[in-house]
Amino acid sequence: MQRREGLAKLTGQERYVDDLPLEDFLWGMTVRSPAPRGRVTAVRFGKGVDWSQVVVVDAKDLPGPNVVKLIEEDQPVLAAGYVRHMHEPILLVAHRSRDEARRAAMAVEIVVEPETPVFDFRVTPVTNQIQYGADNVLKRLKIEKGDVATALKDAPVVVEGTYETGAQEHVYLENQSMIAWLDGDVLTVTGSLQCPYYVLAALKHTLARDESRLRVIHAPTGGGFGGKEEYPSHLALHASLLALKAGKPVKMIYDRSEDMAATTKRHPSLVHHRTGITKDGRLLAQEIDVVMDGGAYVTLSPGVLSRGIIHAAGPYACDNVRIDGRVMFTNAVPFGAFRGFGAPQTHFANERHMDVVARAIGMDPVELRQRNIIRDGQSTATGQVIRDGTDRGAVIDRALEMSRYRVKEREHTAFNASNDHTRRGMGIAVFHHGAGFTGSGEVYLKSCVRVAGLPDGRVEIQTANTEMGQGAFTIFIQIAAECLGLDPADVVVAPADTSKVPNSGPTVASRTSMVVGRLIERACGALQKRLGTTERTGRGSALKDAIVEWHRTHAGQALGAEAEYEPPPGVAWDDKTYRGDAYAAFAWGAYVAEVEVDLRTFTPRVLDFVAVQEIGKVLNDTLARGQVQGGVAQGIGWALMEECRWKDGGMINNQLTNYVIPTSDDLPPIRVEFLENPFSGGPQGAKGLGELPLDGPAPAVVNAIAAAMNNDPRVIPLTPERLMALA
Amino acid sequence: MDSVSVSFTLNGEPQGLTVPPAERLLGTPRYRVGLTGTKEGCGEGECGACTVHLDGLPVNSCLVLTAQVRGQSVETVESRKPDTLEPFLAGGATQCGACTPGVVMAASWILEHPELLRTHNTRELMAGNLCRCTGYDGIVDSVTAALTRNRRA
Repeated sequence: MQRREGLAKLTGQERYVDDLPLEDFLWGMTVRSPAPRGRVTAVRFGKGVDWSQVVVVDAKDLPGPNVVKLIEEDQPVLAAGYVRHMHEPILLVAHRSRDEARRAAMAVEIVVEPETPVFDFRVTPVTNQIQYGADNVLKRLKIEKGDVATALKDAPVVVEGTYETGAQEHVYLENQSMIAWLDGDVLTVTGSLQCPYYVLAALKHTLARDESRLRVIHAPTGGGFGGKEEYPSHLALHASLLALKAGKPVKMIYDRSEDMAATTKRHPSLVHHRTGITKDGRLLAQEIDVVMDGGAYVTLSPGVLSRGIIHAAGPYACDNVRIDGRVMFTNAVPFGAFRGFGAPQTHFANERHMDVVARAIGMDPVELRQRNIIRDGQSTATGQVIRDGTDRGAVIDRALEMSRYRVKEREHTAFNASNDHTRRGMGIAVFHHGAGFTGSGEVYLKSCVRVAGLPDGRVEIQTANTEMGQGAFTIFIQIAAECLGLDPADVVVAPADTSKVPNSGPTVASRTSMVVGRLIERACGALQKRLGTTERTGRGSALKDAIVEWHRTHAGQALGAEAEYEPPPGVAWDDKTYRGDAYAAFAWGAYVAEVEVDLRTFTPRVLDFVAVQEIGKVLNDTLARGQVQGGVAQGIGWALMEECRWKDGGMINNQLTNYVIPTSDDLPPIRVEFLENPFSGGPQGAKGLGELPLDGPAPAVVNAIAAAMNNDPRVIPLTPERLMALA
Repeated sequence: MDSVSVSFTLNGEPQGLTVPPAERLLGTPRYRVGLTGTKEGCGEGECGACTVHLDGLPVNSCLVLTAQVRGQSVETVESRKPDTLEPFLAGGATQCGACTPGVVMAASWILEHPELLRTHNTRELMAGNLCRCTGYDGIVDSVTAALTRNRRA
């Protein structure tokens, strides 16, 4: 099936937030902190602006608590007298004219009495830098399996390594955008967002309105990648506060520089490995320390750390593992969700370290991975016994075969020996990614999906999940059409509008196809049952006839059937000890990069990229391929060129001129292959895919550079400057 | 000078407008004419999401003043016929869709001038259009498929 909304996008007919018709409205703008930490001693409204025409909102205008409700309630909607990071929102202004609104925002002077900030998450803070708890630790988590201390003491070889990853900006092509207005007594917002019910919860808490007077409508969203998981709650609150005060609709559209400066990014990380191993390459102990930069508020950092440490030991079997993780408070703009959610950081460290370990014991890096790859019956770091029947060795073998890895290695040896100005190398990364919320997360979410029969016999899927480019709506339609024997043209997806759809959970964590898709299958079954039909009789035209007939006898009523989340049998997780089944299913990947480095400019170029993964079942080849290719491109960007530059904890290269992402000319064709081993808990056997492709590219590409240059890079982005410094 | 008068054709239709001198060509179709297909991605000519054709050549409309296009022909994504875009749908050229109108306008320039491929390849010619979803394979493959279809037609 082709993408449902594809032609509307190609012809420019799809209506994003800034494309929606809107009359008699104001443009909202944000006044932000000019300093990383301190008390706000004065707010001055400057000259040259007719302030009588400007709506101004500050923290005193909040009807309820001044917090953006998320995991912790620590982040204010608008800073009230004290700021903890650059660009923290302090005031909101609105005006009929966008230019005047911007002029007004720029005319406000904020005076901050500076206090000592903390910026380096890698260093223990001194007393006057402590701002969270006793030690600035936002969250601490630990995983323990076996006896690491003894195993390391007894190990014939111990190899250590430290690895570092930088922040990454999402660069969704559509910036953050939101409209808020009062529809009678119902405060309504529509925006570019991933999680309508997160926004609803935040509005309810801060605006002190019950849900019957709140409505959140998802607008077509021009990319998210995690960047529209938590931040839209802030923007929705800002637009709502202005709209309530002005009594008119308010539209807020960030421009690129504001979006890059003020919104969340991928957590920077520092990971230390200490590995005990036999001389012939059997892993005996993995001691791993993971530190992340959380920035000035908690946001989703506990979840990012959790996923990060659970994936930190890689897809390998080892009897003794200890992983210590912590996220540090700093006075940086808060970091948040980004595709992969902590796992790309720890996979980079682990897969780079596997090459370092291989070199230390004189073993081939591919052989080291093949030797230790987890086999059915063996367990992960959390003690989750893997029994999915996937041949993970075959995933590696296929990647080697497609990339002609061994042949290329020999060719490169000869090439490098005879070439003065260029070096070539091959690199591999082997990894896994758990789909759905971690541990008991899906149980707490209690996601619910409704499938409705419409009076004309068509079927409507009602979920709170959002289409942001990944193809969720197309997949939903395919799943329902397959279940009900319908032509996809007879299946529609309702807009994710909290006044109309049940809460099927957020559109995050590679959960939409696997978890919500499975709920759609079950809701389809419930609809068949409600119509007095069965899986066999309630299909195709018979089902359509039954729906039409039902409506004839139940005029004016709604025909819907729901399904609520139930954990797959045999899945058990303990939040306290961090032991058990962290995820219902893992997808498995092996990526190979071939890289060439110009020794005069130290510019690396990826010549070939092979991405092989086992994802249960491919629901739609074009969409799945697109997810992998896009994720690999984003991963290569993170590895080689995307560098956030900081001053006082704020990004200073906050424009696409000098924060560089890959263009079509920077990338080779990304060659994708899927292996399938159906997972009983997913629709038609599918597992989650969205985030997996971010885990492999950085270590594969950097390992290839290390092979080409015979060097040992430990930090990404591996820019030409960093590469030159290693020479 | 608060405003200037400017006449040009937009997707073949004559336009006579009075606009502020600093108004960007990106904003005129979007906010005055109601053609919202053209998108703003960066506002500084890096991302190509706002690509339109000016007298047949692709330009970043965020870097062109409306007052500059007097007497010229402006074409936006809305001028392109849906059936010509089928290879892009089949090839996975669009995901989130925010870069797509610009991608379509840059790609249609290649399709209208296949001789460009004698001196450049598709990846070079599309490098002015940033896409964060597809990794570009869907776009590049779609251009190739559309070229093949045009040769057959």
